[in-house]
Amino acid sequence: MHESAFQIFVGALLANNFVLAMFLGLCPFLGVSNRLETAFPMGVATTFVMLVASLCAFGLNLLLTAFHLEFLRLIAYIVIIASAVQLVEMVLKKHSPALFRALGIYLPLITTNCAVLGVALFQTAREYDFAQSVVFALGGGGGFTLALVLMASVRERLQLSDVPSVAQGTALALMLAGILSLSFMGFAGLGG
Amino acid sequence: MSAVAAPRTWDEFLEGLWKQNPVFVMVLGMCPTLAVTVSAVNAVSMGLATAFVLVASCGLVSAMRRVVPKEVRIATYIVIIATFVTAVDYAIQAISLALYDALGAFIQLIVVNCIILGRAEAHASKSPPVAAMVNAAGMGAGFTLGLVLLGAVREILGSGALFGIALFGANFQPWVVMLLPPGGFFVLGTWLLAFAAWARRRERREGASHA
Amino acid sequence: MSESPPAPSAPAPAPMRDLVLTLGLVAAVCGLIIVGAYQLTLDAVTANRRIALERSVFKVIPAANSLAEFLALPGGGVAPAGAGQAPAGAVRFFAAYDAQGRLAGIAAEGAAKGYADTVRILFGYQPGCQCITGIGVVSLRETPGIGDKIVTDKAFIANFTALDARLNAELSALAHEIRTVKHGTKASPWQVDAISGATITSRAVGKAVNDAAQSLLPKLAPHLEKVSTKP
Repeated sequence: MHESAFQIFVGALLANNFVLAMFLGLCPFLGVSNRLETAFPMGVATTFVMLVASLCAFGLNLLLTAFHLEFLRLIAYIVIIASAVQLVEMVLKKHSPALFRALGIYLPLITTNCAVLGVALFQTAREYDFAQSVVFALGGGGGFTLALVLMASVRERLQLSDVPSVAQGTALALMLAGILSLSFMGFAGLGG
Repeated sequence: MSAVAAPRTWDEFLEGLWKQNPVFVMVLGMCPTLAVTVSAVNAVSMGLATAFVLVASCGLVSAMRRVVPKEVRIATYIVIIATFVTAVDYAIQAISLALYDALGAFIQLIVVNCIILGRAEAHASKSPPVAAMVNAAGMGAGFTLGLVLLGAVREILGSGALFGIALFGANFQPWVVMLLPPGGFFVLGTWLLAFAAWARRRERREGASHA
Repeated sequence: MSESPPAPSAPAPAPMRDLVLTLGLVAAVCGLIIVGAYQLTLDAVTANRRIALERSVFKVIPAANSLAEFLALPGGGVAPAGAGQAPAGAVRFFAAYDAQGRLAGIAAEGAAKGYADTVRILFGYQPGCQCITGIGVVSLRETPGIGDKIVTDKAFIANFTALDARLNAELSALAHEIRTVKHGTKASPWQVDAISGATITSRAVGKAVNDAAQSLLPKLAPHLEKVSTKP
């Protein structure tokens, strides 16, 4: 397809936001988004893993197609992602132990984040070339971080509001996500 | 021995189905839950596919539980789950290309469904195969139930049909947003609200009967 | 974390040999399952795809009785499509033949980004009139009730019964780019009138047809006789 890098980036960031339009990465979105100071680093870490996963998936795909081993694609992708997350964990532990502790259990959980595997699968399905894949991963990760930060900001303020206890927690987060998703629909067609 | 085991296995099944329902109670596996539940048929198919992967993976993980070293267990579980997801992917393509197109990438995304890895780690790696598979079947049934409840509401409101059968006349104005991402969030949020209210009322009634 | 009996020292890590053996065992079992599933379903999947393809080609070229798949090569020339990977830049198309084995039309796929995801269409082309005579939707994930009108809206479908796809004098590109214009403003036979309220999806269809025609027709035109009779 002849999509420009700008179109792909803006699309993944806004109009087809990974969380609010494509339903990827919801577990951390609902789980980590109640505090702004953990939401942003989580988004950045996920974006980094998405980028690494995208690069590796691109290379792996070329290799697998050359050897007609397409049926191993899924296993290969998920193993690469698990390894990338291990790598990020080790790097963070060494260079920023405070951040490592703050993210806690959610760091290894990036492996099961649908958004990361989603990047690899979608770029393969849409047959993006190298540049398009990189831009797609960056846009997708950026969109994920954006949604996470927006959600965290709203939820922090809502903690001071008088919400009926029946609705508190995940039900409220989902309603908020619905409203955010509705507003993001306004970006449709942005970037051509 | 069997007189005690039989009720216990049924309990295990029920636990996954209702008390620890993955969609409404544990709130896990959200991504496919919201993405494919635009119709009841899609919901059922996705639920069954996930249930199959759950049962098969937990069975294999449990069978190998004494052999897999602790250090590499998560990687091993992931590879096992990915294997069965690949198998299901081909199976669905062989059954119906239309269904495959409708479920899209979310079939392959079953591999990162937190429910499966969570069950494998928490339960299957510590139990004999039969118990692990029964528990997995319960979780799978609970997941399917959750998906169908969500899919049915979205289909009724958004297309005026259920399982493809039109319910209302031609004058029905479909509530299109229910088929779009915001609708998915709203409907699931409403279901969680309903469940929370119902659980609260049950607690109050039990508390009143003890008082 | 599993409970371990209180021990004065941590249990020794598993020896490397055990690790390798176990992982090898797991890999072997998983490999068997995957390959088994792939082989078991291969026939059914190939048959499904072929049936779906024939159905969509016969829908855009009604006179068709059989079809053959070809590749339009980037350097020039036309070759029957083999089972392997197409060379880079080659464009896949289908030649449909009627009951007498004569060329009934050419069909090719086009894709463009719509509102939600890629819109894939198949268009039918008649070399005689150098025009597109019909489109069919291969894959659509647009807004139900809005974007999916491209399948039901009769006026939109009528756009494609005689859509001008003539090549320019040098046979290097379409003489006039196929474009989607605002609803009600169609003035030339190479324009597509958008569906009011479904502009994005309409534009995607127009772009898909244009991009595909621009990449296929210049390559195909000099070699049309090669596909005129059933191979």
